[in-house]
Amino acid sequence: MARLALWGWIAVAIGLSALTIPWFLWGDGTVVAGVPLWLWWHVGWMGVASLVFWLFARHAWGLGIETGEDASGGDTSGGTSSSASADAGGERR
Amino acid sequence: MSVALQLGIIVGYLLLALVIGLVAYRLTDRTAEDFYLASRTVGTIVLLFTTFATLLSAFTFFAGPNVAYQQGPEWVLVMGLMDGIIFAILWYVIGYKQWLLGRKYGYVTLGEMLGERFGSRRLRGLVAGISLLWLFPYVMLQQVGAGTALQALTDGTVPYAVGAGLITAFMILYVVVAGFRGIAWTDTLQGAFMLVATWIALLWVLAAVGGPGAATAALEAEAAHHLALGSDFYTVQWMLSTAITIGFGVAMFPQVNQRFFAAGSKTVLKRSFALWPILCVLLFVPSFLLGAWARGLDVAIPAGENVLPVVLAEYTPVWFAALVIAGAMAAMMSSSDSMLLSGSSYFTRDLYRPYVDRDVSERREDLLARVGVVVFATAAFLGSLLQPATLFELGDAAFSGFAQLALPVLVALYWRKTTRTGITAGIVASQAFYLSALFTAVPGTYAGWSAGLVGMGLGLVVTVGVSVVTTPAADERRAIYFDGLGAD
Repeated sequence: MARLALWGWIAVAIGLSALTIPWFLWGDGTVVAGVPLWLWWHVGWMGVASLVFWLFARHAWGLGIETGEDASGGDTSGGTSSSASADAGGERR
Repeated sequence: MSVALQLGIIVGYLLLALVIGLVAYRLTDRTAEDFYLASRTVGTIVLLFTTFATLLSAFTFFAGPNVAYQQGPEWVLVMGLMDGIIFAILWYVIGYKQWLLGRKYGYVTLGEMLGERFGSRRLRGLVAGISLLWLFPYVMLQQVGAGTALQALTDGTVPYAVGAGLITAFMILYVVVAGFRGIAWTDTLQGAFMLVATWIALLWVLAAVGGPGAATAALEAEAAHHLALGSDFYTVQWMLSTAITIGFGVAMFPQVNQRFFAAGSKTVLKRSFALWPILCVLLFVPSFLLGAWARGLDVAIPAGENVLPVVLAEYTPVWFAALVIAGAMAAMMSSSDSMLLSGSSYFTRDLYRPYVDRDVSERREDLLARVGVVVFATAAFLGSLLQPATLFELGDAAFSGFAQLALPVLVALYWRKTTRTGITAGIVASQAFYLSALFTAVPGTYAGWSAGLVGMGLGLVVTVGVSVVTTPAADERRAIYFDGLGAD
């Protein structure tokens, strides 16, 4: 489960990076409301990125990093913290 | 009129900064940790804007719009990817982990963090030395820029050497007095000001030329190929190479990397992380669109001049243009003062303390840090007078140079089996490769991909490969990056 969350978020990060530049509009010069379409995509995508980062910060912060016993309590996302420690356990020797 | 006004605004800004610095000084404990990191108490807005102002400033307002003017607005995408996305992800992956480690073990610099994990004074010195190698010429470039700008602004009344000297003297005074806290406060003021000013500038110019539709139509008439995504200049390889190397390089730049240690709490890091892409796009779009649209407008850009000031002078009132230019110059300084402070901390903590005097007291280290600022700034100023070509090349390549450190550090942070020999070899190999690409016959591009990116890959492969075939030294502390890490 923790592995899944970790790899899921890694995939999200790669996906976010991969489409920041709309490669599928390569060579396209369509103008919408005075600005190239590919720029509108980028602006919207940065908004999406902020939203995704906010969701990550809220639900999965600590994933892949926090390992300590003190990580499980106190924070809003107790479930994630415990999954993070389980994950780090998997990487141990 | 406009010269006096601009000088007045610049002087006014400097005085305001000094007042803020004095207020910060009164709040300061006389310890090195407080001088360098404001005792790890920085809040969301200040952390966000100080990183923002430090990172983007001069380049965003001068060089960036110039690129968009000459090559088209795709520059927004490259900067958006490198700073808004890649750097934000590193903000978590490197930054949050560094912050936890810094809080737990009291680290102030990257070299200190690595040196302790790998039980190696030599590694600590190596990381600091490499960082200073790239940082020093970069600071020098800022002084060259400031001196040139003041000279141009005053039509030569303030000669280059005097301008650069005055700016250096002010920066020394300011950094020595204010420390990190004061710098972060002025950065916040400046970042917020420039964000608002850039939008006002954009709206002003658009109102004058008849809206974005008219501006784009004019650009299309002048350079239609600028509107289509991609060009001979903006190739896929170039865009990705640039975004990736600079994005990773930024995270290793001392003044940015050190900010990872300065956050007051986990919540501060979380909020800054989520707001980062929005903040980037809010500044990049108006700033670079102004540059791109300028190409289609009836504005003659004299050779060697920056686009943005000329456009502002044409379409906005004198006082407003002066305000923005002064702000941009101040932004140039705000990057430099942060770099001075970080450069000094790398020098005192990772070179002076371990190699010259191990038992330096807190109070004395604080004094030493301030002396370090003076030495560093003065040396960079002398460099800016002599302007050796080698330093120019190093300064221009600084982001890619720092990027070479990023992957060995990432591997060390997340892979227990990294060995001292492995990370040292990875750092040395990638630096040696990249420096050779800059200064020798070693090629600078590989099928369109930059040497900076290839060097990063080399650093990764060597770090991992050598770690696999070597055994860890007895005094390595392999567990400290992993055990008991958490924060409430």
